[in-house]
Amino acid sequence: MELLIQTVVNGLIQSGFYALAAIGLVLVFGVMRVVNFAHGELVMIGAYTIWFVHAQNGVPYLITVVLAILLVTAIGLLMERFLFRPMTGDPLGGLICSIGMLFILQVIATYVGGEGPSKQVPPPFEGTLIILDSVRIPYQRVFSIAVAICALGILWYFLTRTKFGWAVRAVSMDREAAALQGISTIRVSMIAIGVGAAMAGLAGALMAPLTNINPHMGHNVIIAAFIVTIVGGVGSLPGAVIASVLYALFHTFVTTYFSGTIATISGLVIMVLVLIVRPTGIMGHRVSE
Amino acid sequence: MRIRTVFFLSLLYAALIVLPHFLKYHQQDFLIFLTINILVVVSYRLVTLTGEWSLIHAVMMGVGAYTSALISKNFDISFWITLPLAGVMAGLVALLLSYPLFRMTQFYFLIGSFAAGEAIRLTWIQFIKPFGGTGGTSAIPSPELMNIDFLEPIPYFYLVLIVVSICVYLLYRIENSRIGLTLHAVHWKGVLAESVGVNTWNYRTLAFVIGSLFVGIAGALKVHYIGTVAPKQFDIGFMVFILIWVIVGGYRTFYGAIIGAVVLSILDEILRGVEQLRPAIYGATLIFFILYLPGGLESLPQKIRQKFRANRESAT
Repeated sequence: MELLIQTVVNGLIQSGFYALAAIGLVLVFGVMRVVNFAHGELVMIGAYTIWFVHAQNGVPYLITVVLAILLVTAIGLLMERFLFRPMTGDPLGGLICSIGMLFILQVIATYVGGEGPSKQVPPPFEGTLIILDSVRIPYQRVFSIAVAICALGILWYFLTRTKFGWAVRAVSMDREAAALQGISTIRVSMIAIGVGAAMAGLAGALMAPLTNINPHMGHNVIIAAFIVTIVGGVGSLPGAVIASVLYALFHTFVTTYFSGTIATISGLVIMVLVLIVRPTGIMGHRVSE
Repeated sequence: MRIRTVFFLSLLYAALIVLPHFLKYHQQDFLIFLTINILVVVSYRLVTLTGEWSLIHAVMMGVGAYTSALISKNFDISFWITLPLAGVMAGLVALLLSYPLFRMTQFYFLIGSFAAGEAIRLTWIQFIKPFGGTGGTSAIPSPELMNIDFLEPIPYFYLVLIVVSICVYLLYRIENSRIGLTLHAVHWKGVLAESVGVNTWNYRTLAFVIGSLFVGIAGALKVHYIGTVAPKQFDIGFMVFILIWVIVGGYRTFYGAIIGAVVLSILDEILRGVEQLRPAIYGATLIFFILYLPGGLESLPQKIRQKFRANRESAT
């Protein structure tokens, strides 16, 4: 019973990371119709920033988190300007550009961190919250999930209550019609990738003290983000959040009771099944091409 | 065949037969892998003819590799039987996967094929019996024929050259046959092709199965030389290399992909000194080509000719 509750709690906390990582993928695909394969690497760069600036050079954690977000957002904006914008209307070209970017970011990380074993960052928030006598949550995880929920809340407010948010949603529904209404699709694309990259940077920064940091950590992130995006429905943000929670719970359970690899295999199989049975996901609508 | 083609091909083969004798040991290795990679890109080309870029081709190569390696090792069956079996197995797996995968198109197909491939690859990691886990399986027997020592690179190179030549020739014939033309039609005018009675689903499946069959053979050729088969050899990284070769070489003609594989593999050899930087140079090359030379290397001569003509016209 204790293990059960502990697993549920772990799964819920994990879902925060998945949601943050997947949101960017969904936003960029929705607005630009580009599958950003380098999205996992954006998360990785966020984590590396924490390792390099905070753990190696002693800058306070919270300041570094902001730094990581700014840095990753800048990378995202550069990618939009120099890769995705020239490739507008060519989804395959955009995808291939992002694969090229993936390699470049991995090499940069290798240069900064050097080869060798994965890096660890000591958790800046020490201690453990104990609830119900036996369920233990390190404060670092409490902090992460709280920040993730806040970030998602702000994003939700931004997308549904502000003019910019309406513009973003309008462009992801129908790019041409939105352009005809006088919405600058270029500016909306920049907002989408900026917000998406900021979320990825935040996810990486929050994850850093809780995971092994290496140049290839983006691979697992992108797999999880793909699964969440497809199951939730391509282009649907609420779907992505719901799917994050479901998938994180599922993955944590299978990992706890069987193994991590089996969890990922079954996740991928579920994703393929969703693609066959209900390609629109739980919340999505058909994306016209 | 035109006389020029015959002349060119015989010259090429004469050079290829003599070449390995002048190379160092690791260069001979390189030549073998390059020849195998040519089969990989050419078979991938058949899959992409219908306009769907799959991300499962590297894993299909692995299916062939594992099939041949495990059968020949565990059941002591000759390489000459397991080599075609590798192709058949990869083809069968492709046929099975085609049912779910071809219900999707474009973005969904891309992600679906990636997911299916990753699931297969993780299965090799998870089930240590019989696949051997992350470290894979080693001590794969090498081919036996009369008294030829296939552990030596030169005999193995000749073997690879013969097998790859036959396969590439077959693929060339398939592309230029009625089937190949229909595949082009499915790509460029899918709806129109359907309206004149072409079953696009069947043709997509056919291309996928045949492409996978040949890449399965390529996989078997590779692991019987190295002696080890491991999941890492067929990961998304290798898939990306296949993509890069095809795109940099150019995917509009049959030989474009071959040019890409040859040129980039040689570049790769040159970059051996700067191991760490290699992926970044690859990534930058890929971005450069897709942005500035989307037709690939094969379109370069034509581009230069056009440029000259334009210059001459503006001069007069």
